[in-house]
Amino acid sequence: MNPDKNKNPVLELKDIKKSFGDNHVLNGFNMALYEGENLVIMGKSGSGKSVMVKCIVGLIQPDSGSITIRDRDIITMGQTELDFLRTEIGFLFQGSALYDSMTVRENLEFPLRRHKDKVENFKGTEESVKEALKSVGLLDSIDLMPSELSGGMQRRVALARALILKPKIIMYDEPTTGLDPITSNEIIQLMRNVQKEYNTSSLIITHDVDCARVISNRIILLVDGINYAEGTFEELSNSSDPQTRAFFKN
Amino acid sequence: MAKSITLLDRTRTFFSEIGDMSFFASRFFRELFSRPFEWKELLRQCYNMGNRSLFLVVVTGFILGLVFTLQSRPTLSQFGAESWMPSMVSLSIVREIGPVIIALICAGRIGSGIGAELGSMRVTEQIDAMEVSGTNPFKYLVVTRILAVTLMLPLLVILGDTVALLGSAMVENLKGGVSYTLYFNQVFDSLKFSDVFPATIKTFFFGFAIGLVGTYKGYNCAKGTVGVGEASNSAVVYASMLVFIVDFIAVFVTDIFFEI
Repeated sequence: MNPDKNKNPVLELKDIKKSFGDNHVLNGFNMALYEGENLVIMGKSGSGKSVMVKCIVGLIQPDSGSITIRDRDIITMGQTELDFLRTEIGFLFQGSALYDSMTVRENLEFPLRRHKDKVENFKGTEESVKEALKSVGLLDSIDLMPSELSGGMQRRVALARALILKPKIIMYDEPTTGLDPITSNEIIQLMRNVQKEYNTSSLIITHDVDCARVISNRIILLVDGINYAEGTFEELSNSSDPQTRAFFKN
Repeated sequence: MAKSITLLDRTRTFFSEIGDMSFFASRFFRELFSRPFEWKELLRQCYNMGNRSLFLVVVTGFILGLVFTLQSRPTLSQFGAESWMPSMVSLSIVREIGPVIIALICAGRIGSGIGAELGSMRVTEQIDAMEVSGTNPFKYLVVTRILAVTLMLPLLVILGDTVALLGSAMVENLKGGVSYTLYFNQVFDSLKFSDVFPATIKTFFFGFAIGLVGTYKGYNCAKGTVGVGEASNSAVVYASMLVFIVDFIAVFVTDIFFEI
């Protein structure tokens, strides 16, 4: 599905700068995510991809620049408004970040308990939990603890938790890192299914070339804190610039 | 020169940490009175902290009373003052030894537990996940835990003191033939409001100190497993130190109001 760039972007970053002491991580990064689009951000380890995505959800405050989600500036937003907006964003953490003292069911119920009034066509907590688990193929694991699940299963449950509030935007932070190739492919297919089923816009942070190839509508290369190159997978992988091509060598 | 720089750095870090902890405490009071209230999590934490420390407090209290009486007996016997044993033991335990020892035990048991749990949640991004899902993690994790220790510690101390007096009564009964009724009659005769009230009030502050340090260390844990270990370890060290400082202040304040 190709994004309609004539529409307003659902998420837009303008001139984002972020430093940690003398370490300048983001030096004026710009990007726009359009409705229904799968935008992949690629970059070397430590290039600031995770910092950028954490700036978007308000976990890290950028030094300067603006971040707008559906025309609302999140940097100037109050805490209550930000918490409300966060219910429209699903976030899949690199390490899944499941609450390890809770069962799979409780992990999924946790965001629902507070925000079920914001879910469109809410069918009840039990029904919503089962529906989200079914969409990731893990309905049988509903009463297991996270420690009883494999890495791939944990990633799926984390995805189900990210989906439970029916977000408009989903952010994936290294969704296939640490998984074997078969499980990685399963997660990538699951991400595609989720996008079709829930009609979400996705921002995917990865350095997995296969993941980028299969899922991306557009790719931005993040180098030295700026968007170094932008285009489709084919355009960038056949680029005349050796540094751009280097990202796509397996 | 290098030594003085290290000392200067350490002093700066120490005061900066005190400042951060004060800010953390002020945030606790701000969030404590703002909605939504996490009642369910508060009750769960109260149950966890109270229930899981019960055995340790009972055993410690019993041994404390038993050993204290056994050790004091020969000295009192030399002066023919064994009959003073119930009042001496009860005053010592209720006023000072009971609260401090139980608080130290809980600083180890509860303080390190909170530090390790929140530290591990920080390292594995569970706290970030909570925040991203639109839940205030400070309110859910920190406020409930500090409040739970503050409320549970006085109950644990009362239980510990009671068991310690039972241990002491047992020794007196076995060694001196003093009946349990006579022992506890003497205990209640010697204990006054000015002994019990300040001692109970200070345990709320002990609980607050343990909860504050444990949550502060865990919530601000550095990355990695080393960070979790450090959070847990320093939570115990700082909480124990704070218990003594609070006790020191409490004794002075008690002296002003009740002239001990």
